[in-house]
Amino acid sequence: MRIGIPRESRPGETLVAATAKTAAQLVALGYDVVVEQGAGTAADQPDSAYLDAGIDIGTATDVWTSDVVVKVNAPTDAEIGLLRRGATVIALLAPARSPELVERLSAAGVTALSMDAVPRISRAQSMDVLSSMANVAGYRAVIEAAHEFGRLFTGQVTAAGKVPPARVFVVGAGVAGLAAIGAAGSLGAIVRAFDVRPEVAEQVESMGAQFVTVDMEQEVSSDGYAKEMTAEQEAATAAMYDEEARAADIVITTALIPGRPAPLLVTAETVAAMQPGSVVVDMAAANGGNVAATVTDQRVVTANGVTVLGYTDLAGRLAAQTSQLYGTNIVNLLKLITPEKDGALTLDMDDVIQRGITVSRSVEGGGATAEIMWPPPPVQVSAAPTGETTQVMPVEKVPPTPPDPRRRLYAAGLAVVLFLALATLAPASFLPSLTVFVLAVVIGFYVIGNVHHALHTPLMSVTNAISGIIVVGAILQAPIDNLAVQIIAGVAILLASINVFGGFLVTRRMLNMFQKG
Amino acid sequence: MVSFVSGAYILSALLFIFALAGLSKHETARRGNQFGMAGMGLALAATLLLVLDQLSSDSYDTTSAWVGLVIILVAGTVGAVIGIRLARGVEMTGMPELIAMMHSFVGLAAVLVGYNTYIEVAELGVHSDAVHNAEVFLGVFIGAVTFTGSIVANLKLSAKMKSSPLTLPGRHQLNLAILVVSAVLMVWFMLADGWVGMVPLALMTVLALVLGFHLVAAIGGGDMPVVVSMLNSYSGWAAAAAGFMLGNDLLIITGALVGSSGAILSYIMCKAMNRSFVSVIAGGFGSDGAVSGEARDYGEHREIQADDVAALLTDASSVVITPGYGMAVAQAQYPVAELTRKLRDKGIDVRFGIHPVAGRLPGHMNVLLAEAKVPYDIVLEMDEINDDLPEVDVVLVIGANDTVNPAALEEPNSPIAGMPVIEVWKAKDVIVFKRSMATGYAGVQNPLFFKENTQMLFGDAKDKVNEIVAALG
Repeated sequence: MRIGIPRESRPGETLVAATAKTAAQLVALGYDVVVEQGAGTAADQPDSAYLDAGIDIGTATDVWTSDVVVKVNAPTDAEIGLLRRGATVIALLAPARSPELVERLSAAGVTALSMDAVPRISRAQSMDVLSSMANVAGYRAVIEAAHEFGRLFTGQVTAAGKVPPARVFVVGAGVAGLAAIGAAGSLGAIVRAFDVRPEVAEQVESMGAQFVTVDMEQEVSSDGYAKEMTAEQEAATAAMYDEEARAADIVITTALIPGRPAPLLVTAETVAAMQPGSVVVDMAAANGGNVAATVTDQRVVTANGVTVLGYTDLAGRLAAQTSQLYGTNIVNLLKLITPEKDGALTLDMDDVIQRGITVSRSVEGGGATAEIMWPPPPVQVSAAPTGETTQVMPVEKVPPTPPDPRRRLYAAGLAVVLFLALATLAPASFLPSLTVFVLAVVIGFYVIGNVHHALHTPLMSVTNAISGIIVVGAILQAPIDNLAVQIIAGVAILLASINVFGGFLVTRRMLNMFQKG
Repeated sequence: MVSFVSGAYILSALLFIFALAGLSKHETARRGNQFGMAGMGLALAATLLLVLDQLSSDSYDTTSAWVGLVIILVAGTVGAVIGIRLARGVEMTGMPELIAMMHSFVGLAAVLVGYNTYIEVAELGVHSDAVHNAEVFLGVFIGAVTFTGSIVANLKLSAKMKSSPLTLPGRHQLNLAILVVSAVLMVWFMLADGWVGMVPLALMTVLALVLGFHLVAAIGGGDMPVVVSMLNSYSGWAAAAAGFMLGNDLLIITGALVGSSGAILSYIMCKAMNRSFVSVIAGGFGSDGAVSGEARDYGEHREIQADDVAALLTDASSVVITPGYGMAVAQAQYPVAELTRKLRDKGIDVRFGIHPVAGRLPGHMNVLLAEAKVPYDIVLEMDEINDDLPEVDVVLVIGANDTVNPAALEEPNSPIAGMPVIEVWKAKDVIVFKRSMATGYAGVQNPLFFKENTQMLFGDAKDKVNEIVAALG
């Protein structure tokens, strides 16, 4: 089958659905790949790069008549018209927000797979476009903020005076938020972050930021996305947002709720109270924005000198990187739906991922319209605990009854009495030997106790050699005036000396092998 | 002269302690071994001096004394030659067998020395004191158990004997009966004069040989690390018992050192498997393990091919390899080392995670990796690696099964429940090298194979690693 990679038609779009590297990976899966002329230019992927990788460059017609068309943005009406009936189109379709697009794709009789509908389960992570784009966007948000911000991020003490570190407040600790936390932290800023899901506090702290808490009832997310808050929760957090934003030099908001407008988190009053020169980056601008002052795709400076960035193309501003990640996500998806690696695309509707992304499916034999598959049945993220299971399986952990401490004492007392009785009965010559024995056992315990695990085998072979010391006993018996005893002693000497020599040598051989890297 | 020899013995005992202390760290291990050799050389030289000294005085019959000296030299030389040949020739994968065999030598030597001591006294026809008799008896008993136990361990490790546990009906009662009868025989032996004592001694020896055989035969192959270190401990106690009967402090000290070191190692192993020492020694583990989880549906596993693994590794920034006994069986340590070198050359962080009971000998995996020249500072223990695993991109599980089984933590009814394991499933991708979907030694199904981030690479570990190395180019 042939895969076509068209040039993106949306104005200002810099991304391409396959780089030279990922296109070659698609070829490895058995597909023919054709890339439209100039498709990758904005993402540092000139036509020559594709040609060098052995990928064909073609016209728009070549691309759009392919069996599979892979792109970044949803196809326009004109583009849908170019598609063959029964063809497959893979792109970011946002089916939940654009039902009319789903209708048109179905009417065109094409199979449509939406990359932004990948369920958030571990197995699907390798094709989760939203994650990989959010990661890049989060990084870029910090870079944009740093560009606008008139001061350093990192705190320094210089000959010209002390520079305080920048304070960055990140709202929403999803992939974008975490990426922003990481980028801001590594620039040297003090980072504080908040998320309505209390379970992400650990992740926030692992990235080196402080997690801001609000005293209120919180829900554990069951589908991996944050939910919109209730009115009281909102009231409780509003004060916190206000306080944190006023104290911060940089505010980065990433709060999105799938299929709904973004929640308004930072009010006009809060922005008005921020220090002049502060920067706000609203990563939710495409969905209406988290900040009152945000204008989508614009840089706005408020009356009090606060810069508000509403860019929606943050990921696209790192076109080469994002295209590479998107392309890899595409390759991973095609690996899943090309199980035989023979270049034949086969959809398995029993697979949660494949079912989840299928928006429409063309009917066998190329019928007039394609079956609409949206929306798919919900997928639960298995990791989230649910109230039910905890009730079904009560933890029946009966602590083991601790042994009566007095019993131990009695046992110890009995042992001491028995030992003293034995010692009294034993001949005097026995006791010095016993003393030596007991002390040696104690030394043995202490000496061996901290041996490195890696050295256990050499330790065993050296103790093996040392226990060959029994040869001393046999040697002392050898000169005794009794042939039987002498022969037995001889055998014992032979066996023990195998141990002595073999043990030490093999230990040396092993120890010589251990090398430091 | 006797005082001089005693002084030399004290020095050798000290040198042995230094030897063991030196082996606790990589940096000092070689010096430790040299201390051990020095101690042994000193002890042997002093003992020979003592014998020669007594030759010149007239405490021995001269003819037999000279015969004895010849025997010492000939037997010692032959033993040394055999020992050196064994040490030179042994494969590192065959190390467990060799060590088990050497334990049996110490055991047998202890039995022989015990018999000699008895004959010496019995011949004089004097009434020997009961404590001395008890020492002889115990020395022979421990030696005999060590002897047959080690032979069985050797046979099991070299696959000349079935490694599955031998489970006779009433096996615990059998062991107990042998112990009780031996105790009765000991009382008889302590009170007997002259040659009469030979009867209980010989009877006990036979019983002890049977006990040693049965004890180890009842323990399965996977528990061999514990068994080998336990036998190590026994061989020490046998040497110590010989020291008691000969009144030789050097033997007592050395035996006690070896005995307690083996005991500690066994304890560490048992803790690593979350099992009590008694339950390992009593044996039979794993024979009924297959019952659990048999009826459960674990879902489907996913397969992967070598070139895809290579691609996955190339994209990774951090890789952890957890080897197990399967790596030793397949002799895959050299390809694994080659793979490690290639990945490190590409700037990928490669580390090894070793479970304390991986392999058939404590520290077995470390020796194999060292043999293949994997630097020891990237070979980490389970506790050192577990916390880092969530940040790791790819884990390669090569020939390990029970030591990476999540059931140990997640299923309270599993036979391996509570055993600390390497939590490989927390990494982004897990590749399991395996010959088939068969269960591991413990007979427990491994839910790891069915996890969403796990992929199975079937086939011989050595071939597969070689294929990956080839695919990396």
